[in-house]
Amino acid sequence: MPNVIAKRPSIVTPVIRIEGVRKTYAMGDNVVHALRGVDLTAERGEMIAIMGASGSGKSTLMNILGCLDTPTAGSYWLDGTRVDGLSRNQLADLRNQKLGFVFQGFNLLARTSALDNVELPLLYDRANRWKDTKARAAEALRRVGLGERLDHHPSELSGGQQQRVAIARALVTEPTLLLADEPTGNLDSHKTVEIMALFQELNDQGITIVLVTHEPDVAQYAKRIIDVRDGRIRHDHPVTDRHDAAADLRVLEETEPEEEMSELVTEEAA
Amino acid sequence: MKNSVLVRVAGESILKNKMRTLLTMLGIVIGVGAVIVMVAVGQGAQRGIANQINALGTNLLIVTAGSSNQGGVSQGAAAFNRLTVEDAEKLRREGTLFAGVTPVVNTRTQVIGGGTNWRTTINGVSTDFQTIRDWQVQSGEFFSDNDVRALRKVAVIGTTVAENLFPGTDPVGSQIQIRNVPFDVVGVLAEKGQNAGGQDQDDIVVIPYTTAQSRLSGNTRIWQILVSASSPDDIAAAQVEVRSIMRESHRLADGEDDDFTVRNQTEIANAAQGTTKIMTWLLASIASVSLLVGGIGIMNIMLVSVTERTREIGIRLAVGARGSDVLTQFLVESIVMSVLGGAIGLAAGIGGASLLAHFTGWSTAVSIQAIVIAIGFSAAVGVFFGYYPARKAAALDPINALRYE
Repeated sequence: MPNVIAKRPSIVTPVIRIEGVRKTYAMGDNVVHALRGVDLTAERGEMIAIMGASGSGKSTLMNILGCLDTPTAGSYWLDGTRVDGLSRNQLADLRNQKLGFVFQGFNLLARTSALDNVELPLLYDRANRWKDTKARAAEALRRVGLGERLDHHPSELSGGQQQRVAIARALVTEPTLLLADEPTGNLDSHKTVEIMALFQELNDQGITIVLVTHEPDVAQYAKRIIDVRDGRIRHDHPVTDRHDAAADLRVLEETEPEEEMSELVTEEAA
Repeated sequence: MKNSVLVRVAGESILKNKMRTLLTMLGIVIGVGAVIVMVAVGQGAQRGIANQINALGTNLLIVTAGSSNQGGVSQGAAAFNRLTVEDAEKLRREGTLFAGVTPVVNTRTQVIGGGTNWRTTINGVSTDFQTIRDWQVQSGEFFSDNDVRALRKVAVIGTTVAENLFPGTDPVGSQIQIRNVPFDVVGVLAEKGQNAGGQDQDDIVVIPYTTAQSRLSGNTRIWQILVSASSPDDIAAAQVEVRSIMRESHRLADGEDDDFTVRNQTEIANAAQGTTKIMTWLLASIASVSLLVGGIGIMNIMLVSVTERTREIGIRLAVGARGSDVLTQFLVESIVMSVLGGAIGLAAGIGGASLLAHFTGWSTAVSIQAIVIAIGFSAAVGVFFGYYPARKAAALDPINALRYE
């Protein structure tokens, strides 16, 4: 197993540093080893794709990285803060201040406007960092190209647009790390490229992104791929021929142009 | 989360489910409304009784046989009913603060007259009775001191008796028979209506106590002595005077217990008030059962709501809500719902009370106290029954909550 820490010494605080992380669950009489000792370091500005089959432990790793779960053993530093051993409330505050989440199922509040959805994390800020939360949320929506749809409810938006709202919600607190769990899992190929183009754009702006995917095509848009199998990191390698989603999108639009209108009609019909 | 935001979030979530919110609130509305109406009826009754007792007679003192601690072992049977005509005469002779004194012989019997008969109360009294009870005659006249001294068989009858024995005619000059003794009707008392206990005060025949004791068979012992103080300020002093004269009359040695009881109107009023207070509490406690049921309704809906919104809770937790934020959100929701229901119930209760007063003629009184208690209690119901579901929501694991379908 490659020693990541030795290979990447850094003076700057890494965004993620985990050492010897293990996670076991008790399922009845059996003990399930979801993670069997994982070491990982991610620097600022990285875009990492975590790949693995279901049951490989990638979701558990994601949950631990997202401070939604705590490791059974091992240490985790998020942006220099030691995470393991923190209380429920401290984890909640950490999620609010340093993390942004994007989920496969979008996870937006139904019957709530895009603007209010994006505003949500700002309302839970205990440090009172944000003054005009509405304006901030609107700004985040403009950043993901939805400046025109602030008052739309999720049911009035396409899947791709809903995921953009979710990304805006993740960005609105200026997180240190953006975590995306199968962000394109519910989208068609065109929308997938669109969302990946957005991720690449955000990454170019300096945002550190970790995304979980089982699609090799999607992983090719990242800068680094980590393969997880049986609770261990099997491969950790940089992407050699990284795809440019914006370029792919231009090609796609030339070959099979998508009409926004037709999509909306189909959705209404459905 | 800021308080204003909390209330906004709770308000939005309540508005998103209008029908459900309305039905949930209905329990509280009915509960609070019922409590308000019941307490209004009870307190109206209390007020009515107070008014009626004041109307009973002016500055009334009532002497009855038996001491106030009637359960005492020291009392022999002979101690009962030791009120005599002499007691009454002594009170009248020696009292300085009394406007009037009358013994009362009380019995119930059949009265025959006008070709029919009627069961009624016979009171044997002196002429002071009229002053003490402040009771005028509407036709004829009250019997005189001469009638009392001469043991004349004369009677003054109440309007209820008059209407039953001599419907449509003036009974003055007619004859009635009480226990086979013929009496001349000399007057009809003015109508007084019901007393505090709901008894018809006009269902009465008043005769001289001397006649009652000498002519009527059966128990004609003196039941009580009514004394009226000369002014409201003298009531306390008059009560002391009655007691000392009575002790003298009964030749009670120092240290011996009274073998009679003197009560004034306030004491009677208090006793009656006590009864209605119990009634009020009884009504209110029955009504508050529905408030309790309403509270359980809120808990039920909040539990459903927590399950239904598991994913929402997961999202909130993921973006950095603390357990306490979620707890407060759900708690505020149930409090807003119950207080809103309480306010509507309050309006319904006040409306209901005045409707009831309008249709039944009962006096009702909605007190500020009842309003404060109703609103406070409904808020408490919201907290109490909202806490368990809210805590359940707050304790959810974010990962499982996000995965919940």
